[in-house]
Amino acid sequence: MPEIIVTTRENDEVNLEVEVGISVMENLRDGGVDEILAACGGCCSCATCHVYVDEELMELTGDISEDENDLLDFSDYRKKNSRLSCQINMSNELNGLRVTIAPEG
Amino acid sequence: MNEKVDILIVGAGQAGAQVAISLRQGGYLGSIMLVGDEKDAPYERPPLSKDYLSADKDRERLLLRKMDFWPSRNIDLWSNKRISAIDSDKQTATTTSGEVIQYQELIWAAGGNARKIPNQNELEGVHVIRTIEDVDCLRDELVDASSITIIGGGYIGLEAAAVLTKQNKKVTLIETQARVLERVAAAPISHFFQDEHAKNGVNILTNTSVAKIVHEDNKVSKVILDDGFEIETDIIIVGIGLLPNQKVIEDAGGRCGNGVIVDEFCRTSLPHIFAIGDCACHPNIYAQNQYLRIESVSNAIDQAKTVAGVILNDKKPYTALPWFWSNQYDLKLQTAGLNHGYDETVLRGKPQTRSFSLIYLRDGQVIAVDAVNSVKDFMAGKKLVENKICPDVQLLADTDIPLKSLL
Repeated sequence: MPEIIVTTRENDEVNLEVEVGISVMENLRDGGVDEILAACGGCCSCATCHVYVDEELMELTGDISEDENDLLDFSDYRKKNSRLSCQINMSNELNGLRVTIAPEG
Repeated sequence: MNEKVDILIVGAGQAGAQVAISLRQGGYLGSIMLVGDEKDAPYERPPLSKDYLSADKDRERLLLRKMDFWPSRNIDLWSNKRISAIDSDKQTATTTSGEVIQYQELIWAAGGNARKIPNQNELEGVHVIRTIEDVDCLRDELVDASSITIIGGGYIGLEAAAVLTKQNKKVTLIETQARVLERVAAAPISHFFQDEHAKNGVNILTNTSVAKIVHEDNKVSKVILDDGFEIETDIIIVGIGLLPNQKVIEDAGGRCGNGVIVDEFCRTSLPHIFAIGDCACHPNIYAQNQYLRIESVSNAIDQAKTVAGVILNDKKPYTALPWFWSNQYDLKLQTAGLNHGYDETVLRGKPQTRSFSLIYLRDGQVIAVDAVNSVKDFMAGKKLVENKICPDVQLLADTDIPLKSLL
């Protein structure tokens, strides 16, 4: 099973075994990372699953849609490696991905 | 059987689940029991009229947390149990199966039941969309159905219409008001959605209501409208609102109106009892402190966090900005704020382009935004509402000027 390495807001590092074919957000939620709110359930309507991903693997996480870009644009904490984790489909290529939970807001 | 818990949460929907999660996240160490009357563990309801109805999302993916989450957080999840009485002096709650639970704090997050039409329970082929079980049952019958009648042009009815017309069903939607979404949105939004549904083959009939449902052997066969118009139908879906679950609180002596009355900390009139989510009638700062109920995920989550804060000695009133979304076809409607008491609307962009927004003002102040396929306007709209901005309406309507710049 592939893994992702998660850094929480409290700066704890957790290794999570993940399921391929569902989103990174769902994997975070299923893995007990409770600070991921994901209020809209993954339909790209809120911005409560904001994460920072490995810059080297950013390209492999897929394209950012216009909606995702607009949602991220309003975050005070957007960085160039920002993604909404509900929009990243977990694949084998992303094994070992480092994900940091962005601050709320 | 007697149980003793520190926190008893009644209702295992979005709000109930979130209180339990937030309490543990905040380091709460006492015992937590989460009692729900459905057989499923806490799950998301919004997909029920969208991806779950269309079978694009399976049951397991609706769960808010995996089954093993609840025991791992030491949250005692009781499914298939209903609380039928509360004694607020003794601080006990009793289930329909006779268990008595002693609590320190009780959180009433019991949601509500879909409003039904008279005699609905006796008829086969008449459905509501509120629970997974409702939709499983509906989906089973849809296999052999070709004509569907939807009663009610609210979000549930419209979302179901979008899913079913895409499955090549013949869909008729009946709305008693002059337009769909009349209760929640202004006319330009209603007319836009009516046109979109018409283009997709949904027959929307407004200003009319059902006079009679004809059935054969208790199975629906025909709907007769008040003007005599007849519609052959295999299935009826009733989407006419929610009845808040408040009777147990009322019987216990708690103040109720349109829901369980709570203050800005979600406290009911009874000691040690809070109410949150769909059933909580609360004063909302975005509606000039009018008491109202909000049926949305954001309200459920934010009120849950308010109560968790009170219990964790981090007391902050419920002041979160309400927001909401609805997906129909390839249309994403997002709403920020509450439009109660608006006296002016500004249309921003052209509905024909399928990307526009409608801004609601009261005394010149932006109080709500309905954004259709315009995430930018939704996000900027949230900020305009939160910051009580009173912009020049000419600028609001000008799509060359980003809403963000009016902050």
